[in-house]
Amino acid sequence: MKNENLYNYILGIADNSLILGQRLGELCGHGPSLETDIACTNISLDLFGQVRSYFQYASKIAEDGRTEDDIAMLRKERDYKNVLLVEQPNTNFAYTIGRQFLFDAYHLMFLKALQKSADLTLSAIADKSVKEVSYHERFSSDWIKRLGDGTDESHEKMQDAINDLWTYTDELFHQTEADKIMATEGVGVDVPELKTAYYNYVNEILTEATLEIPESKYFQKGGKQGIHTEHLGYILAELQYMQRTYPNMEW
Amino acid sequence: MSEEQIKNLEQQFEARIARDEKIEPKDWMPEKYRQTHIRQISQHAHSEIVGMLPEGNWITRAPSLRRKVALLAKVQDEAGHGLYLYSACETLGVTRDDLYGQLHSGKAKYSSIFNYPALTWADMGAIGWLVDGAAIINQVPLCNTSYGPYARAMIRVCKEESFHQRQGFEIMLKLANGTAEQKDMAQDALNRWWWPSLMMLGPTDDKSVHTEQSMKWKLKRKTNDELRQQFIDQTVPQADVLGLKIPDPDLKWNEERQSYDFGDIDWDEFWQVVKGHGPMNKERMKARVGAWERGEWVRDAAMAHAEKKKTRKEKQAV
Amino acid sequence: MANTKNWPLWEIFVRSKNGLEHRHFGSLHAADAEMALENARDVYTRRNEGVSIWVVESKHITASNPENNGELFEPAQDKVYRHPTFYDVPDEVKHM
Repeated sequence: MKNENLYNYILGIADNSLILGQRLGELCGHGPSLETDIACTNISLDLFGQVRSYFQYASKIAEDGRTEDDIAMLRKERDYKNVLLVEQPNTNFAYTIGRQFLFDAYHLMFLKALQKSADLTLSAIADKSVKEVSYHERFSSDWIKRLGDGTDESHEKMQDAINDLWTYTDELFHQTEADKIMATEGVGVDVPELKTAYYNYVNEILTEATLEIPESKYFQKGGKQGIHTEHLGYILAELQYMQRTYPNMEW
Repeated sequence: MSEEQIKNLEQQFEARIARDEKIEPKDWMPEKYRQTHIRQISQHAHSEIVGMLPEGNWITRAPSLRRKVALLAKVQDEAGHGLYLYSACETLGVTRDDLYGQLHSGKAKYSSIFNYPALTWADMGAIGWLVDGAAIINQVPLCNTSYGPYARAMIRVCKEESFHQRQGFEIMLKLANGTAEQKDMAQDALNRWWWPSLMMLGPTDDKSVHTEQSMKWKLKRKTNDELRQQFIDQTVPQADVLGLKIPDPDLKWNEERQSYDFGDIDWDEFWQVVKGHGPMNKERMKARVGAWERGEWVRDAAMAHAEKKKTRKEKQAV
Repeated sequence: MANTKNWPLWEIFVRSKNGLEHRHFGSLHAADAEMALENARDVYTRRNEGVSIWVVESKHITASNPENNGELFEPAQDKVYRHPTFYDVPDEVKHM
């Protein structure tokens, strides 16, 4: 592969959307109201749309005949590069919203920076995605406020979710070797630079939602290196089921 | 109002419908018209949201990204259609919560077909092709039904559904033209979904209790048997295009009627499913009730938050 | 404790493109106006149907009563002089 760093860099971005989209897809038909169900599915659809653009591009770079679906569905566990945050389960709606918000806040800042990428395909994907993700972030931050500053029960549930998910936020700002090289070349986003703004913003929303900002200094990492939580295996079991059971067929 | 006055109003009402005038929510209507519409529209809405479940269960397993987004969008449309229909029903003075209550308690019915399991990917094709195909035959005439809000909801539903059946057919076509294993999968799905699709169009005319009145109110434009015949006549040639075999040994073109003759439908099975004893009735209800109950604290929180916000705004204004 | 108060009903009006008026599209449930707008966007403009949305809580709409249709609307029926066809203009006169 001529540009393995770029290829890996794209996968790092796309896998986040892929796994989060998959998680949201689980909820379709099971949301707390019809309206919310439709909204979560819209987010899932946006994410899968982004995934397809990224993987179609990755497929061109790979030049080995693999399609977007091969890249999405036929890698091994250790080859998925998504952050641990997005693979966390839909324990309840507070977890779904907490995961969404903690990711959206990052995702939006990331895409705004990616719009300036020297790689024109990536900047074009970012231009399109930034509008979608602005809406995601609005949706999830509004819900953080509703649940945080709603009833006692919802406040407690929302706080629990934030406390549990907080440990996965630091990883968003880690860099792999490919990330560093891409950032130096002006193609990738220098994510450590986003960190302060991210926590400032997240803290602002949590405070408005009357939620406590977790004080834990212990963070989990590894997703970007392919060392995941136990959840990912199950996600992949479903995601890959058809491609693995019926190899080399068209659908 | 005296009985005579009511009778007079009823005559005027029937005459309006006969003249193809639409009835709108605030218009006077016979109580029976209102009740019948609540029943039919809510059944229709329930079918949409229960119908999300068999297909929803394949979203995470769709074999390609293209199929995955198409299926997600389709199942999402079904939520939208349920929503339009519940809204139409609400114009008749019931709330969506009341209607959910009826569904969850088992009092309200929904389309029997969704009590069958979706076992393989080919079932996504068969559901789109056959179930949506049968549904469209039922729904298109309703765009012209007498109750305005229902007719308007159906126009929107039909417009959006036009991609659903094609989506299903395309899945089947790909399978039918694929490997032997894929073709078998398609044939197996057709075998399992064919008869339930025919049953879905309702009991035979002699057993159908609501037909006559429903015809008059344009809630129904054709009888169940006519719809079923239309469905068979249009679907058999499509199966030929796919190279699949309809699982009915008695299926035969009747030159004289210019229609297909077909074998006996197992109505015992139909009534068993309708009465709540199909393969998936209990699962489907459990999923719906579960989602509703798990969502309660979320809905409550949103209301509580809205009220807090309102109070804060009012205080600021003072 | 759960307060089990249902989300109220909202009426949704969508402008499908600039130059056209907002048209009634349907209704939906939402806890507040912001949520109603978001829900309307997700429910009624999935296929690119709109450029602007109005939401109004259904209870704030006052509707005329069809029982009064006679007095409200029939008097307008015979006011033919409000329409241009009421007036005779010779054929030679163009563009009027």
